[in-house]
Amino acid sequence: MGNKPKIAFYWCSSCGGCEESLVDMAEAIVELSTQIEIVLWPVAADFKKKDIEAMADGEIVATMLNGAIRTSEQEEMARLLRRKSQILIAYGSCAYTGGIPGLSNQFPREQLLKYVYHDAPSVVNPEGQDPQTEFHDAGRVATLPIFSEVVRSLDQVVDVDYYIPGCAPNPELVLDAIHALLSGNLPSKGTVLAPDIALCEHCPRLKTKPADIAIDEFKRPHQHLIDPNVCMLVQGFACLGPATRSGCGGACLKANMPCTGCFGPMSNVRDQGAKALCALASIVAGTTNEEIDSALDGIPDPVGTFYRYGLAKSMLRRKVNMEPTLSK
Amino acid sequence: MPENFEPKILAFFCNWCTYTAADLAGVSRMKYEPTTRVVRVMCSGRVDPQFVLDAFAHGADGVLIGGCHPGDCHYVEGNYKLLRRFRMLRRLVASLGIEPERLRMEWISASEGERLQKVVNEMTAQIKLLGPLELPERFREWDTELHEETFDKEREVVASGQ
Amino acid sequence: MDDKTIGNGSEEVRIGFFICHCGSNIAGTIDVEAVADYVRTLPNVVVSSDYKYTCSVAGQDMIVEDILKYKLNRVVVAACSPLLHEKTFRAATQRGGINPFFFHMVNIREHGSWVHQDRALATQKAMDMARGAIARVKFHKALEKRREPVRQSVLVVGGGIAGIHAALTMANAGKKVYLVEREPTIGGHMAMFDKTFPTLDCAACILTPKMSEVGSHPNIVLWSYSEVTEIKGYVGNYDVTVKRKPRYIKEDLCVGCLDCIDHCVFKTGNTDDEFNQNLSKRKPVYIPFAQAVPRLVAIDPAACTHLNGGKCEQSCATACDRQAIDFEQKETFEHIGVGAVIVATGFKPFDAHRKPLYGYGRFPDVYTALEVERLVCSSGPTGGDVVLKDGSKPKSVGIIHCVGSRDHQTNRWCSRVCCMYSLKLAHLLKEHTDAEIYNFYIDIRTPGKGYEEFYERLQEEGNHFIRGRVGDITDVPIIPEEEGRMIVRVEDSLAGFVRRIPVDMVVLATGLEPREDASEIRRRFNISCSSEGFFLERHPKLAPVSTTTDGVFLAGCCQGPKDIPDTVAQAGAAAAESLVLLDVGYVEMEPMTAFVTEKYCSGCKTCLPLCPFSAISRDEEKGVAVINPVLCKGCGTCVAACPSGAITQNLFEDRQIFAEIEELLVHA
Repeated sequence: MGNKPKIAFYWCSSCGGCEESLVDMAEAIVELSTQIEIVLWPVAADFKKKDIEAMADGEIVATMLNGAIRTSEQEEMARLLRRKSQILIAYGSCAYTGGIPGLSNQFPREQLLKYVYHDAPSVVNPEGQDPQTEFHDAGRVATLPIFSEVVRSLDQVVDVDYYIPGCAPNPELVLDAIHALLSGNLPSKGTVLAPDIALCEHCPRLKTKPADIAIDEFKRPHQHLIDPNVCMLVQGFACLGPATRSGCGGACLKANMPCTGCFGPMSNVRDQGAKALCALASIVAGTTNEEIDSALDGIPDPVGTFYRYGLAKSMLRRKVNMEPTLSK
Repeated sequence: MPENFEPKILAFFCNWCTYTAADLAGVSRMKYEPTTRVVRVMCSGRVDPQFVLDAFAHGADGVLIGGCHPGDCHYVEGNYKLLRRFRMLRRLVASLGIEPERLRMEWISASEGERLQKVVNEMTAQIKLLGPLELPERFREWDTELHEETFDKEREVVASGQ
Repeated sequence: MDDKTIGNGSEEVRIGFFICHCGSNIAGTIDVEAVADYVRTLPNVVVSSDYKYTCSVAGQDMIVEDILKYKLNRVVVAACSPLLHEKTFRAATQRGGINPFFFHMVNIREHGSWVHQDRALATQKAMDMARGAIARVKFHKALEKRREPVRQSVLVVGGGIAGIHAALTMANAGKKVYLVEREPTIGGHMAMFDKTFPTLDCAACILTPKMSEVGSHPNIVLWSYSEVTEIKGYVGNYDVTVKRKPRYIKEDLCVGCLDCIDHCVFKTGNTDDEFNQNLSKRKPVYIPFAQAVPRLVAIDPAACTHLNGGKCEQSCATACDRQAIDFEQKETFEHIGVGAVIVATGFKPFDAHRKPLYGYGRFPDVYTALEVERLVCSSGPTGGDVVLKDGSKPKSVGIIHCVGSRDHQTNRWCSRVCCMYSLKLAHLLKEHTDAEIYNFYIDIRTPGKGYEEFYERLQEEGNHFIRGRVGDITDVPIIPEEEGRMIVRVEDSLAGFVRRIPVDMVVLATGLEPREDASEIRRRFNISCSSEGFFLERHPKLAPVSTTTDGVFLAGCCQGPKDIPDTVAQAGAAAAESLVLLDVGYVEMEPMTAFVTEKYCSGCKTCLPLCPFSAISRDEEKGVAVINPVLCKGCGTCVAACPSGAITQNLFEDRQIFAEIEELLVHA
């Protein structure tokens, strides 16, 4: 057992879907377990932090970490695993670009805590208690991690070697990545381990997209019937397929829903949201502010549309002027 | 706000209209605020929203895009394409908390040196009222909540097998 | 990417920076030495120096020498606008032995020293801009200009004296010329004039020989009653569509005998004669004037009974022994290819109704200058008799200058020709009527050869000159001498009091304006307008007949008011510029076109609807977009919109612009 490469899986600010995607490898994971030694996988087995701390730096061959970084504990684990691993892979949209948790970068921390602990309709908190990072009771101290202001992608906290995108990643991509790891046949550092080409490439609906497309009106998918054979943009649904890396197999489109962009941008793009916005808005019909605005009114939440998974890693990272801000 | 705050306005001017208007303002010795830093593009249609966000992220207090008047584009309709993405971009930028006055698009034709002068002065004055945006400084401030010192004194040492 | 090895290969980037004093134009406001010192500290900068006049031969030689001496592979010059000297310095860069596109220019004069006063801030800005250029030039690549052959033909739009002269010049040089004129005849405004100032040559006598030469020139295809409806392509290779309106005459059969006109069922004119400024009537089948070229009649569909569905015996058709009349004629379209275009679409006289206090349209004997040209002309509506509407001869005439010119309520510009034509009309009116002539002027402007002498002659001839802008024309008398006459009310600013001058006839010296459809024409030819609406030359001094669209040139009053000699000179210049283009035989295409990197293109079709030049097509087999570099004009719109970053624009690459943005914003 000792000679098999050590692999760790860890989760931070995530929903658990990434863990599911590992399980979705099905039989392959059993096959893999003969070739690797899993040294950490909190969702599946009981490993301890102190066991990792006891390891030599670089002893773990690779760690796949999913989830964004939002608490001091997550940051601590990210740094620890970074130290102990030769290769750190940001696994899934949240670790890669902040993911859905990154959307909370539109709100100040205090507002989030207030909602979650006081205002949400399902909350029962008669004493109006707020979570404390330390709780003293009979001489003992219980601690909770610090909930930070800003949600971060993994590489905004530690150095990352590779990225596997997706919410959640496709099991085939994960297997490919692990096989590449085991064979030592790795691409250059920083590579996103998914095809560097947009989702439209193999979209069966692409042939229905005319060369002179002009969108009169954006529609929201839940308010309309969607033709399963016609390009989403032709139907007026804000599909991020043109601006999103492929590798998911077009899962959402197969389920007759527009792409929401979870695989992130292609390598030549620095800010997926800005590019997606540009691509979609450039083909809007109309020449006056009024005409254009009326088409764009169908996208009432541009941040949620264009940065559903990428706000934390976007150029602006976060809503700028929030009250209360961190300082000033 | 720091005293003597001199805003930095990153300006994208199209070669045929607004850049030429700025040249005309120069030839006519029209004085205006030294706040713009001009990137020349052939057409305002070349302006990628990524450029605008990158400018803000690197310290621009404002971004000004200047193109030809509708119907006058040297490339027929590049300015309309800019207009469409600009209308969306300004909504996005506003929802991310950047005051709309910091992002401005103006049609300024080659003969409108005076208008260029007016727009730059006006925008400078507006941004002076708003104060600096200073995103690079804010990014640094946000990241002061990280705990590199506590958790990891040797963050860069483990070079991940490279 | 390693900063040291960016570029076309793996060589180390070695940048030379040169900042120009431009005498005191730049150095007077910007501390150029400080900028040079600062730039010297930037990465990859090997040499940084300042020079008095970098564009001079010595300045250029310095760049060439430094390229060799320091093995430079990038050059940045901070000086004036790249629109002025980018070519100069690219050439110098090339003379130094490196590709000219390894050059970038920083505009610290037009965008710097000339518009800022605070030396520290202007210097700071210059440093920032220099740093942006240094950052961007690292990413420059070697580029080659493509050559395309130039078609050996030219399109001249407008058949006034400008278009006529340009067309003849080109045709005499052996080039094929297509002259397109909207009206049934060429000749334009000049054909309507009686005499020309200051020599008092008969306008028709000097113009009509040139018109006939156009009509018979083997190298000129003259399409009158036609309009350019579409123009596509690029310098040297324009594809033009010309609409030929039906004149209901088979041009190849009509010999201009005018029998049809004699036999029209209307024995006298039934519709206003535009050529005579509506002072007379013409028939529905007509020729604009006796010397019209081409000498072909036209049938006015608005005035012809038959074409309006009325009953008519069509005696004109039966009168034509060549069966040239064809009521079924429809508009047709001609498609031609030309290498260059000369736009000579002329002007519109100011509409005198816009100055209601001067009574035009209210008092019968208030005329515009162009109407008076027709009145004094022996081929005009009265055969050269200057008579008032009641048939009498005027005993006194008031000529009001600057109507619709130098006037903040209408047009601010000076129309340049009105003083001189007013003097000419004063002379002609005096000659024809012996009336007292009063000129009401703001300033008399006579800047031309023989012009001031002409003014003096007019003074000697006993004309009255009253300095003052006329307030209004009234018909309300206050003394018996004013009864039944018009009274010009004016503040005589030399005498210092308000005068009332009773006159029988008023001539309004209306100014020159852009044509109503100038804006449409401008868009069609992709040229710019100055704020008043005249077409904009590329440079007011050094490129007065060029436009911002290569291969499209300007001649005559469409560019701004001018007299006949200036118009002819400009038309000659436009012809010469076109000839240069045609005789060189090829054009070098700027290499700033866009291209698709196939492996990154998903074939998503986002770019396809964006290209106004249809340069982007889709390779269905490969499923990728393809840009035709010949059609691409390098706007970069598709580059910005490509959601994959798969399209690159030469010289405006993402990485170049990002580098520029980011470095511009670092405070030095």
